[in-house]
Amino acid sequence: MSQQIQQRDGYSQLAMDLLVKAKHSGATEADIIIADGETFSVQVRLGAVDRLTKAREKHLGLRVFVGKRSASTSTSDFSADSLNQLVAETCILAKAVVEDQVSGLPAADQMAGERPDLDLYDPTRLNTEQQIELAKRVEAAAMSTDERVTNSEGGDFDSSSGRVVLGNSHGFLGEYQSSSFSMSVSPVATDPETGAMQRDSWYDVKRKFAKLDSPEAVGLEAARRTVRKLGARKVITQRVPVIFDAEMAGSLMGNLCSAVSGYSLYKGASFLAGQLDKPLAPEYVTVYDDGRVVGGLGSRPFDGEGLSTRKTTVVERGVLKSYLLDTYSGRKLGLASTGNASRSVGENPSVGPTNFYLAPGVKTAQDIIKTVKQGLYITDLIGFGINMVTGDYSRGAAGFWIEGGELAYPVEEITIAGNLKDMFAGIEMIGSDLVFRGRIASPTVKIAEMMVAGS
Amino acid sequence: MGELVQLTAFGLTEGEVLGALGRVKVRDVDYADLYFESCVSESVSMEESLVKRATKSVSQGVGVRATAGEKTGFAYSDELTKKDLELAADTARYIANSPSGTEAVPVPVRQRPTRDLYPIERAQAEVATAERVSLLNAIDAEARRYDPRIKNVMASFNTEYKVVLVATSDGTLIGDVQPLSRLQVTCIAEENGQRQAGSFGGGGRVGFEFYHEGDRYLRYAREAAREAILNLSAVEAPAGVMPVVLGGGWPGILLHEAIGHGLEADFNRKKTSAFSHLLGKRVASEVCTIVDDGTLPGRRGSLNMDDEGTPTGRTVLIERGILRGYITDKLNARLMGIPVTGNGRRESYQSVVLPRMTNTFMLAGTSDPEEIIRSVDRGLYAVSFGGGQVDITNGKFVFSASEAYLIEGGKVTRPVKGATLIGSGPEILTKVSMVGHDLKLDEGIGTCGKEGQSVPVGVGLPTIRIDEITVGGTQR
Repeated sequence: MSQQIQQRDGYSQLAMDLLVKAKHSGATEADIIIADGETFSVQVRLGAVDRLTKAREKHLGLRVFVGKRSASTSTSDFSADSLNQLVAETCILAKAVVEDQVSGLPAADQMAGERPDLDLYDPTRLNTEQQIELAKRVEAAAMSTDERVTNSEGGDFDSSSGRVVLGNSHGFLGEYQSSSFSMSVSPVATDPETGAMQRDSWYDVKRKFAKLDSPEAVGLEAARRTVRKLGARKVITQRVPVIFDAEMAGSLMGNLCSAVSGYSLYKGASFLAGQLDKPLAPEYVTVYDDGRVVGGLGSRPFDGEGLSTRKTTVVERGVLKSYLLDTYSGRKLGLASTGNASRSVGENPSVGPTNFYLAPGVKTAQDIIKTVKQGLYITDLIGFGINMVTGDYSRGAAGFWIEGGELAYPVEEITIAGNLKDMFAGIEMIGSDLVFRGRIASPTVKIAEMMVAGS
Repeated sequence: MGELVQLTAFGLTEGEVLGALGRVKVRDVDYADLYFESCVSESVSMEESLVKRATKSVSQGVGVRATAGEKTGFAYSDELTKKDLELAADTARYIANSPSGTEAVPVPVRQRPTRDLYPIERAQAEVATAERVSLLNAIDAEARRYDPRIKNVMASFNTEYKVVLVATSDGTLIGDVQPLSRLQVTCIAEENGQRQAGSFGGGGRVGFEFYHEGDRYLRYAREAAREAILNLSAVEAPAGVMPVVLGGGWPGILLHEAIGHGLEADFNRKKTSAFSHLLGKRVASEVCTIVDDGTLPGRRGSLNMDDEGTPTGRTVLIERGILRGYITDKLNARLMGIPVTGNGRRESYQSVVLPRMTNTFMLAGTSDPEEIIRSVDRGLYAVSFGGGQVDITNGKFVFSASEAYLIEGGKVTRPVKGATLIGSGPEILTKVSMVGHDLKLDEGIGTCGKEGQSVPVGVGLPTIRIDEITVGGTQR
């Protein structure tokens, strides 16, 4: 423990030293992010360990400004020589690009003051055997509930913990620790008559080990989701109401999240450019991005530039109220940062969601299915057929045909198509089943009508 | 001959490497390897006519792996000291349940790859940033000159310089220097308040001069601008089952998704692939012969050796419609008793080896491409695609067109908006009735994702006719 504290102080000191060196190399402003962590991952297949991985890793990202010019670099080599070279090279690189009038750190008085404890870290350490046992249990639960589950792509258990230190030349210095535990299983089911196979999976992920669903619950759900796909067939091409289950509705929220990213907007590469304060969806649609959810998978006390995270109302009663912005994209659009700066090693700065979600309604998924005479219930989407510039949407889908308010039979090898603008405007019902298994989540969503292409 | 990579590049001695290898190759371990990697990635990018971003990223580390039966133990470290190597070795051999200790491993024979598929005159790293900046500026000017409706041009030039060294318990010590670069252009066109995008790019394991050959970089700019302008007038795509003609080159992504992934040995060993029981059976029409070839000079998917030190090769996957083989790494080849094909690849030292594709393409046929289009009364002609994806277990795959046209009465008519095509892997190639004589490989932009790992790949296709496939448009 004492060694850990020493090392942590070491990283803060390292960050400050490098910021001073950057100034000496000609940087007028700079910021630095240091992340390190441990990961463990085990996959069990058919009851035996298939793959076991363990590692420690560390990264350092440096961004410098030389006047209005800027460059970013990163490294996993923390030796003094290498870091000195990195600082010098970053300053040289910055001098090679052109001036960009809005570039620069956030204003000094904007930096996050308070650093709330968002309860993102769980000190629980599981030993190797315990983690193998959890992976075995999740797979066994998936394999033992239905004899049509004949095979498995494996049961997984992963754990990781790490910390982030961020400092900049305004004197900001912050750090936080976080952890994550996750479990998943991908069973394969075989149709006893045709021999055709289907695969699906289920998972859970939490910052606290104790909050994780039981392996039995995860395995059971995986088996249920897999077996119900057996006997899937195509449906004829037609226009019908479409219900997205909570997982797939989450992907729609992911699409919205990309469309409100400041970088897409100022480049004119989003179908929501110029749509601020305009209606996007019916008045029962409200979408938040909340960086302060206690224990949230997307929560953090400050963003990738050291600004306070916050709760942003992205869509309020159907009206697009806010984009997601960092300092740069905000300045490009004449708006203030929303505390969504995202820093990933070796990449240009960008914005990212914290905990981004559609506010739940009151109806159960069952109630929503009951309102559809003939239509589609989507449980899987594949492919990348989304044009973010126009909102045109066309993706491969699988799920269930709805007949008279009931799930009648599984369907596959179909596509659903429309335009995201029409799809958001066409949201008819929102379920009550909001559960976070990632940074982006949604309850079940019913869309009035989409084109289904099949046979 | 490829380059001879020295252990000193990683600050290690042969004794240290042998020691670690012996520590991981305990009694019940069938095979072990150490994979050393150092990688420098650089990127410059432009938007709004300003080259305003430059990034550079350096990573170095070692992945230590042991396989025993079906089990894989794996550890990695970004520190390359003797102590870190030993710690990683102890973690990796954990799966073998053998008593610890050290086993004698054969002293590896130092080798260099027997060929050099990517000799480079001038490594990208030696190209001054200023030269890359002027390349991007010229692209901006060219795209805007193409049409005044082009409102924004985004371009990025990414390069990677990777040095790898693999030490294996079967006695090899072999390294490779693997350059890779890619130039990508996206244009946004605007007219009457309508916006559209077009993209184009290319690259490979090539030097900077590649982009200047025949003013390739300017062609990328024009192609991206052309696609954006074209899409301004695109009509809604049709929905339903219809004949589709795929143009040559990048539409070969069909092969990658529809059959390539399904023929990766791991899924077939586990019998979770829709192709698991189809070896020797007909999975395509007589006119289809498909290969995976990692030995094409300079291509994005090519390698002198795979990440287990095996020389890459040319594997016939489908021969005149009959399924002939799988693509393998050492683990799956051993467990299935089939040949090692040189397809064991990993994204980096932080990831495990998986059987992966290299350059996957269909051999040329005999049909005239124009005759193929003339044969279709009502259908779609798709020449460029975005990404694709497959569910290997039920075999359903998708790929999304980004430039496509209607075929009406045997003629290519109006451009249509992007649409996703969906089909079933084991069936789709049985519906290929005509194959053109115009085989084309893609420009060098493909990245394949599997189990969260990205690796560069290539695809290729002649013009082909698919008699029926579901097109996911919005119009009846």
